[in-house]
Amino acid sequence: MTQSYGPLKLHVPEPAERPGREPDFSYLHVKPAGETRRPPVDALPSETSDLAYALVRVLDDDGRAVGPWKPDLAPEFLIHGLRAMMTLRVYDARMLTAQRQKKMSFYMQSLGEEAISVSHAMALEPDDMCFPTYRQQGILIARGANLVDMMCQLFSNSRDPIKGRQMPILHSFRKHGFFSLAGNLGTQYIQAVGWAMASAIKGDTRIASAWIGDGSTAEPDFHNALTFAAVYQAPVILNVVNNQWAISSFQFIAGGEATTFAARGVGNGIASLRVDGNDFLAVHAASKWAIERARRGLGPTLIEWITYRAGAHSTADDPTKYRPADDWARFPLGDPVKRLKQHLIAIGAWSEQRHEQMQKEIEETVIAAQKEAESYGTLATGPLPSSALMFEDVYETMPEHLRRQKQQAGF
Amino acid sequence: MATMTMVQAIRSALDVMLARDENVVVFGEDVGYFGGVFRCTEGLQAKYGTSRVFDTPIAEGGIVGIAVGMGAYGLRPVAEIQFADYMYPGYDQIVSAAARLRYRSAGDFIAPLTIRMPCGGGIYGGQTHSQSPEVLFTHVCGLRTVMPSNPYDAKGLLIASIECNDPVIFLEPKRIYNGPFDGHHERPVVPWSAHRLSEVPEGHYTVPLESASIYRPGSQLTVITYGTMVWVSEAAANETGIDAEIIDLRSLWPLDLKAIVDSVKKTGRCVIVHEATRSSGFGAELAALVQEHCFYHLEAPIERVTGWDTPYPHAQEWAYFPGPQRVGEAFKRTVEA
Repeated sequence: MTQSYGPLKLHVPEPAERPGREPDFSYLHVKPAGETRRPPVDALPSETSDLAYALVRVLDDDGRAVGPWKPDLAPEFLIHGLRAMMTLRVYDARMLTAQRQKKMSFYMQSLGEEAISVSHAMALEPDDMCFPTYRQQGILIARGANLVDMMCQLFSNSRDPIKGRQMPILHSFRKHGFFSLAGNLGTQYIQAVGWAMASAIKGDTRIASAWIGDGSTAEPDFHNALTFAAVYQAPVILNVVNNQWAISSFQFIAGGEATTFAARGVGNGIASLRVDGNDFLAVHAASKWAIERARRGLGPTLIEWITYRAGAHSTADDPTKYRPADDWARFPLGDPVKRLKQHLIAIGAWSEQRHEQMQKEIEETVIAAQKEAESYGTLATGPLPSSALMFEDVYETMPEHLRRQKQQAGF
Repeated sequence: MATMTMVQAIRSALDVMLARDENVVVFGEDVGYFGGVFRCTEGLQAKYGTSRVFDTPIAEGGIVGIAVGMGAYGLRPVAEIQFADYMYPGYDQIVSAAARLRYRSAGDFIAPLTIRMPCGGGIYGGQTHSQSPEVLFTHVCGLRTVMPSNPYDAKGLLIASIECNDPVIFLEPKRIYNGPFDGHHERPVVPWSAHRLSEVPEGHYTVPLESASIYRPGSQLTVITYGTMVWVSEAAANETGIDAEIIDLRSLWPLDLKAIVDSVKKTGRCVIVHEATRSSGFGAELAALVQEHCFYHLEAPIERVTGWDTPYPHAQEWAYFPGPQRVGEAFKRTVEA
């Protein structure tokens, strides 16, 4: 043998950005708005192959809606969406502060990703079922959930709808089509497929919407979900929110370096789209395309939403330790709230004054809700849910051993 | 009444529930057209259609995951894991999702699912087709774990499990699918038809969960056991001439503590028998319960007879299996202590 080889070397993907390094987002392969084609809604999965590597965008840099994905939406609808996104942002900021004041144990904000949950929820019917992650509070806000109820969960107070059982954010709101959050990442993805299969078994018209982050796509539940969704042509939308970061791990560690997350869908026989997640109109248009497919029995759609986790992962990490502090400011897809505002102004449906007015109204609403929620208690001051509640809901009826333990515990 | 094997009784329970409740769906690997590798679902797809009884991909995490989602929708899924030894990829969905859904959502969502899985050895299945992982479920709060020992109980317990609004792990000792097995592997197989507990009503009935049965009344010692080991314990009692009271737990957790306590207080002696490995096995919990509730009535140390703390071997299966001789020796030690 004449040829010689050097020693093998393990490849460990590195992010484009780390503290002290110039941010470089070229890996995103951002395309100009309006450039990506819109296939017919009954396209075969294989006919979406190119779209899994493209980028569906509607809003251009000047806030104009362009191209084949441009949805036909009334300004009132867009203003409603803007209000929901701004509410989420104000809510997040206030809850983050409340966590710093020890009124709750923990918090996670949706900053920078508001368009995805809000616009997607507004494209669904209210009784379609969402299986969210902890960064889709926007679904609840878009669906008109009571902010006080949501805050009572965060404060773990006497009116916590889930009786103090879960960390903040891990909501359950069946009445808003919002499945109980696990905290074990990815488990909900395959459950959403099961829910959608059940809907098909029963001849229902409702569909499911599954949510996962780029990091958790590495979990087997993600791959199970794709397999089962494709096999049974389940009426489900498989959302992958690619916000670039899983705590400190860049999305390349989840397998985003050599291909896109959308491409995993096509490989499984699922129609797939890669979409600008900070573009409220693109989120709506892509969601509607997928919803129509599911509703017509044409099977699942995987949508990779490109966005940026502008804040920390949670209140338990400091992102400046692992990425440049000004990263979000340089993110090429911008800020979803600013972009929708710019569009509304460009079409003459909005103004700076109205925006400021709405911001003020929202702040007043959120402050009032917080005041009310805090009157029912916070983690710091109580009252907390009764300790006796700890023993309930383990089973439908309390078995003897739990009755004994409850008595032993003095409740 | 009809004479049924365990397999037929399980199939009959599924048939009754598919007919009775249109929210019941049955699925798993090979359960559809083929009717399951142990034939428990034979004919059900033809009778109820492919949307009620169907095959799944080989992905236990997916099987349990869709069951949780279907339960959240309002269905009553009955999933089959082909062998209990294969359930580990589905364990996260069982523990983190099914078992805790009611609790974590304060009853907003529930997981009324039944997960059937054949367990136990005695068929030369080696370490991947012989395990008894019951303790991995009994340790999980929110789950119910059930193991029948005969056709009558199998059908009644399975119907009760399907109707239950809690997630139920339904373990089926595969060695007794087609006949009771007393551990004498060298002897010819005894068919179920020779036994009174193969008399099974054809329609709907339940055997309540959390209720043990006194399989054999006795006075000299109490045997706490379940599944195949009920039969092995009976053989040991007959062969040693020791008048053992055999408690068939049926529901492992939550369990019928009263049946245990009443019996041990009466006999003053206790032997715990299971096929699963010994250390941190379910027998440890049973021994602790007996100690807590019956200490002043005990006249001998509590004995445990179990599988050895090794993986289930293939060629050495009968050296591993806690047969009537080992059980009988424990009986003798306990009575003579």
